[in-house]
Amino acid sequence: MRKSFFADNPSVLWFLACLGLFTLGVTVLAEATGAGLISTSFVKTLGKVLCLCLVAVAMDVVWGYCGILSLGHFAFFGIGGYAVGMWLMYARTEAIVIQSLAERTIPPTATELNDAIATQIFGVVGASEFPLIWAFSHSLILQLMMVVLVPGLLALIFGWLAFRSRVTGVYLSILTQAMTLALALYLFQNDSGLRGNNGLSGLQNIPGFEAVPQSVISMGFFWASALALGLGYVLFARVLTGKMGSVIRAIRDDEARVRFLGYHVESYKLFVFTLTAIVAGIAGALYYPQAGIINPAEIAPIASIYLAVWVAIGGRGRLYGAVIGTAFVSLLSSWFTGGGAPNINLGFYTIQWTEWWLVLLGTSFVAVTLFFPGGIGMIFDKLKKGTS
Amino acid sequence: MSTLLELSGVSVSFDGFKAINNLAFQIGEPEMRAIIGPNGAGKTTFMDIITGKTKPDEGRVLWGEKSINLIGKSESQIAREGIGRKFQKPTVFEDQTVRENLAMALKNPRGPFEVLFYRKSADGALRIEALAAEINLTEQLLRKAGELSHGQKQWLEIGMLLAQDPRLLLVDEPAAGMTPAEREKTTEILVEAAKTRAVVVVEHDMEFVRRLNCKVTVLHEGSVLAEGSIDHVTQNPEVIDVYLGR
Ligand SMILES: Nc1ncnc2c1ncn2[C@@H]1O[C@H](COP(=O)(O)OP(=O)(O)OP(=O)(O)O)[C@@H](O)[C@H]1O
Ligand SMILES: [Mg+2]
Repeated sequence: MRKSFFADNPSVLWFLACLGLFTLGVTVLAEATGAGLISTSFVKTLGKVLCLCLVAVAMDVVWGYCGILSLGHFAFFGIGGYAVGMWLMYARTEAIVIQSLAERTIPPTATELNDAIATQIFGVVGASEFPLIWAFSHSLILQLMMVVLVPGLLALIFGWLAFRSRVTGVYLSILTQAMTLALALYLFQNDSGLRGNNGLSGLQNIPGFEAVPQSVISMGFFWASALALGLGYVLFARVLTGKMGSVIRAIRDDEARVRFLGYHVESYKLFVFTLTAIVAGIAGALYYPQAGIINPAEIAPIASIYLAVWVAIGGRGRLYGAVIGTAFVSLLSSWFTGGGAPNINLGFYTIQWTEWWLVLLGTSFVAVTLFFPGGIGMIFDKLKKGTS
Repeated sequence: MSTLLELSGVSVSFDGFKAINNLAFQIGEPEMRAIIGPNGAGKTTFMDIITGKTKPDEGRVLWGEKSINLIGKSESQIAREGIGRKFQKPTVFEDQTVRENLAMALKNPRGPFEVLFYRKSADGALRIEALAAEINLTEQLLRKAGELSHGQKQWLEIGMLLAQDPRLLLVDEPAAGMTPAEREKTTEILVEAAKTRAVVVVEHDMEFVRRLNCKVTVLHEGSVLAEGSIDHVTQNPEVIDVYLGR
């Protein structure tokens, strides 16, 4: 079956080859592993882009293939980040506290140690005790399970309630956005247990690897992100081939008709929604250690809207389109907002890209939606048609 | 011939307007039945009720040997019970190939995980080939359904209906927009299907109904006005009144 899957989907092999080449190229040029032409911070940027590509592929599956315009998938991404961030922060703070208490003649008791860690982490929000949700933060394994379980369960419950009552279209989008907004607002509160708007920080420091320079750690995360993107891509391509893909696309085009064929549409939507939420969580768990910090602003609805914009510009309904759109727009965005693009002096007015970039992005989005509904991915479709 | 489906005392109203009014209906297995009636008589609504799209305000819809009540069951459950439907406006999945459309309809387990791990079987492929031959679409198997002509789409939908292997087929205006030759072919397919199943055909075209050569039910203002052979009902003064009186 494996063999026939790749034989039926040559584009998956093409994608994997491109991803492999890209990863190899970056490795050869990077500071830690090669020529040193790519700085550590740019390796991190590229690694983060790969994670964004992964969540965009998930978004494309749920929106481009299944027709559910979810404005909540970046929330699942953020939850994955928080889940892994809790362990990172706990373990690192624990190491620091143990070190600082080491000089004392009497070794600290377990409670003393615990209180010291809690004060260290929650001092910024005026608390000195671990909230309940940090119960597993001492365990990497358990927190990694949270990366999968929390987005998965949240998507399952939310999806079950929404799909069961047959909320569709724009109403469903609004509902997912409301969920995202509620989550962000909750996290902004100081007593949310996740340090309010301070968020979690210092995530780039990996406990146990203090002696390893960031240049090497960043390569590790870059490779892990590339691997995750590759695996996620194959997973979704597998889900979307054959009869399953047929049913999923049919639901997008006419869900009532699919019901009369005997398919329980809600189960299919729930499956797609939950699976993509889990992958989004995993992508977030890889992203935030590279970003170093996560705060509730990351989860705000606007992030999920960006996700939809990337997928639309790349061309929805094509997995590679989501990757291309995300890589293209997010790299361009960091070029423009990072001051890379030269300002344009019109004499009477200077266009500063740090401010005007969003206007450009918005205009491009409208233009793509109106004039090129196939997005950038359309070009590849044309090429494919030309060769066959 | 045993009773397969029985409706009794079924009524439904939309904003106070009674679309179906104390309707009683029975069909056996196998049987072919034509339903005629003027526009707005409630023919499509009748099918909506059987297939679970519309919940009636009162009445019973009993199905099968065990007389299960279909009211309250979901559309997909009812379809899995063995009731297939062709819509008045042909609805096929235009973005997918004829083969994919048929494969989706093919009688197989319908759960997401069963479908995810479904393996194409030689059996299924043969069944699709046979169906395609039956509906004259063998050459079109790899084409997108959206590229088909109107008549071919109608056939594809009939093919999808047969692929489900239902015990009851509800066919809403199958001959609309077809050429005379296409109509003849459609009649053949339906007559063939009715040898082993219950088939309900809604049609306006009297010639078409005559060729089905079966019992006819006349629907008017949501209830049965007359029932019997085509000659019997067309001579019924009330029926003449309804059709010609306005
Ligand atoms: N969902 C609905 N909401 C309101 N009124 C409806 C609805 N569905 C049907 N009706 C009304 O119920 C009546 C019966 O409609 P139905 O579609 O069943 O007629 P029909 O016999 O199929 O007619 P036609 O021959 O034109 O297809 C019509 O007057 C229609 O306007
Ligand atoms: Mg009708």
